[in-house]
Amino acid sequence: MQGNSIGFWILAALCIAAAVQVVANRNPVRSALALVGVMCCLSVFYFAQGAEFVGAVQVIVYAGAIMVLFLFVIMLLNLGAPNPMMDRVGLSKPVALLASAVLLGSLAFAGALKIAPGRAVKSPVSGTVQQIGYALFDPGRPWLFAFELTSVLLLVGVVGAVVLAQRRSD
Amino acid sequence: MNAYLTAAMFTITGFAFIASTLLISRILRPSAPNPDKLETYECGPLPVGDAWRQFNLHYYLFALVFVVFDVEAAFLYPWAVAFKLEGPYAVAEMLIFVALLLAGWAYAWKRGALEWE
Amino acid sequence: MVIPNFSIGPLHLLDVLPYVAIVTILGVILLLTPFLVWYERVALALIQDRLGPNRVGPRGLLQAFADGIKLFLKEDIRPSAIDATIYYAAPVLMMIPALAACAVLPVADLRIDMGGGRIEAIPFVVGNVNIGILYLLGLTSLQVYGIVLAGWASNNKYSLMGGLRSSAQTISYELSMTMAVLTGVLISGSTNMVEIVRSQAGTVADWNIAKFLPLGFIATVVYLIAMVAETNRAPFDLPEAESELVAGFHTEYSSMKFAMFFMCEYASMLVISGVATALWFGGWNSPHPALNFVPGFVWFILKVVAFVMVYVWVRATLPRLRYDALMALGWKRLLPIALAALVLTATWDAVRTPADKKSGWPVIEAPHDADKPVARASNAR
Repeated sequence: MQGNSIGFWILAALCIAAAVQVVANRNPVRSALALVGVMCCLSVFYFAQGAEFVGAVQVIVYAGAIMVLFLFVIMLLNLGAPNPMMDRVGLSKPVALLASAVLLGSLAFAGALKIAPGRAVKSPVSGTVQQIGYALFDPGRPWLFAFELTSVLLLVGVVGAVVLAQRRSD
Repeated sequence: MNAYLTAAMFTITGFAFIASTLLISRILRPSAPNPDKLETYECGPLPVGDAWRQFNLHYYLFALVFVVFDVEAAFLYPWAVAFKLEGPYAVAEMLIFVALLLAGWAYAWKRGALEWE
Repeated sequence: MVIPNFSIGPLHLLDVLPYVAIVTILGVILLLTPFLVWYERVALALIQDRLGPNRVGPRGLLQAFADGIKLFLKEDIRPSAIDATIYYAAPVLMMIPALAACAVLPVADLRIDMGGGRIEAIPFVVGNVNIGILYLLGLTSLQVYGIVLAGWASNNKYSLMGGLRSSAQTISYELSMTMAVLTGVLISGSTNMVEIVRSQAGTVADWNIAKFLPLGFIATVVYLIAMVAETNRAPFDLPEAESELVAGFHTEYSSMKFAMFFMCEYASMLVISGVATALWFGGWNSPHPALNFVPGFVWFILKVVAFVMVYVWVRATLPRLRYDALMALGWKRLLPIALAALVLTATWDAVRTPADKKSGWPVIEAPHDADKPVARASNAR
C-alpha cells in the first residue's frame, strides 16, 4: 500500500509538471511533447487502477496517433519556429483566468459537498480485454448500438478529412 | 510479483544504462567547437534559412486517416479476444463495423487521398 | 529439462526469477548489438562478393567493438541552429521504447519441480503482462517521436525530410501490422504473449503461421513486410536514404547520440523479430515433439537469429522503394489484405467451431460472471 501511494504521488507530480509545461511552454513542439508525457502518465494511472485495456489504448490512440497528428499540424503551420506567436493581448487572458477560476471553484465546491466520490468506486466490469469484449459485444447489453454508431462517426471522420484536404489542394 | 512492476524496473534499468553511457562519454570525449564545425551540414553549401517551414499537406492527410483506423483497431482488440465465446453474432457485428470503415477507405482512395504526389 | 525449485538462504528461485530475467535479457540485447553489426557487415560482404571486416580480432569479430569505442570517445558536435532540448531528448526517446518492449518477450517456459512431483511451467519473461501485445504496439507507436523530433530539432532540411517521411511511413505500416497482429491474437485467443506461445505447442502445424491456411500465412507475410518497414530497414530505409538525404534524420548527430540511434535500430530489429517468433512461429516451441530435448530458449534464439538473417538478406537483395510506391504498398495493398485476412479468419472460425462450444446467441445474462475464463498473469504467484 505504502509503495503504491509513493508511486502515485511521484507520477502525479510528473503528470502535473508536464501539464503545466503544455500550457506554459512558448514552443508548440515542446508543448506537444509535454502533452505526450501527460498521456503516458495518465496511462500508468489507468494501469495502476487495473484498467489495463484503457491504459494501453490511451497510449496507442492518444500518444501514438492523435499526438502525431497534432505534431504534424504544428509543423505544417510552421508554428514551431524559434519566434513563436506573440502574446495576444486582449480578451483571451481575463477569459481564461475567469474560466479556470470557475472550474477550480466548482471542483472545490464538489469536494466540499462530497458530490464527487471521495474514494475509488469498484467498477462493475473489470478492465481486462476479454471482459470489455464480452460486455461490448453482448447483444443483451445496450452498448452494441453505440459501438456500431462509432463506425459511422469514424466514417464521417475519413470523409471529412478527404473533403477538407481536397478543397485546400484544388 | 506484479508483472507491470518488473516491466517498469526493466525499463528503468535500461534507462539508467543509456544515461550512464551518455554521461561517461561526456566526461571522456574531447570538446573543441568552432563556428564552422557547428554549421548545419547540408553537403557543403551554407544553408539558406532554417528548416522550420511549411511542408507537404499530404503528411497531415495520412495522419488523419491513420487516426481513424487506429481507433478502429482499438475496438478490434476486445473483439478478437472475446468473439470465440460470443459466437457468430459478434462476427456479424464486426463485419458491419469493418464494412462501414472500408467504405470510408474506398472513398479516400477514389478521391485520390491515398495518392502520394 | 526440469529444474528443482531451490533456495539459497532467504532467496527462492521463483522470487528471483524476474530479476534474473531483467539482467539476462537486457544484457543479451545490449551485448548482442555489436555482434549483429559484425554479422550484418560480413553477410553483406559475402553477398556482394567482397571481404568485409577482417582486421580487428579473429575474422574481424572485434570490429564492432572498435567502432563502439571510437564513437564513445568522439567529439560531440552540437550544431548552432538546433533546438537543444528536443535535440538531446530525441535519441533517448527512441531508445526507451525499444528497450521497454523487450520486457514482454517470452523467451522460454521453465519446467520447475515444485516438490512432491508437481511440475509447473513458469515462463521466463520479465513481465508476464496480460495485454503483452497491446503493450508492444503502444511502445512501437511511441517510437515515431524519436525520429520525427530528431529530424525537426536538427533544423536541417534533409533531417526534417527524413523525419517526416519516416513518421508517415511508420504510421502507415503500423496499421497493417496491427491488423496482422490482431489476426494472430484471434487465432490464439489471447493478448498475453506467454499464452499466445503456449497455444502453439506441438508440431509446425500448430504454429499460427500454419493455422487457417492460407489466412495465417497471409497475415504472417503482411506482418513480416510491415516489420521491416517499421524498423526503417532496407528496402524501406527512406528516412535515411543516403543517396538523397545525406543520412536522413540523424545527419546532425554525432558521438554517443549517433550510437544511440544505431543501437536502437538493432535493438528494435531484435524485439520485432522476437514478436514475430512468438506470434507466428511458435516462440520457444520446437518444430516437432521429437526435438523437444532441445531447451526452449535455444529454439527462441535460433528463430530470432533466423529473422535477423532474413533482414540482412532482404537488405542485400532488394532495391529501395520510391516514396509513392511505399505509401501505395502500405495503404492500397497491405491494409486491405490484412483486414480481409482478419475478417475471413473470424468468419471461418465462427463457422467451424462446433455449436456446443459456443455460448449460443443471443446471450442474455450478464457475461462477467465467473463462468467465463479470464487469463491471468501467471507469474503473479
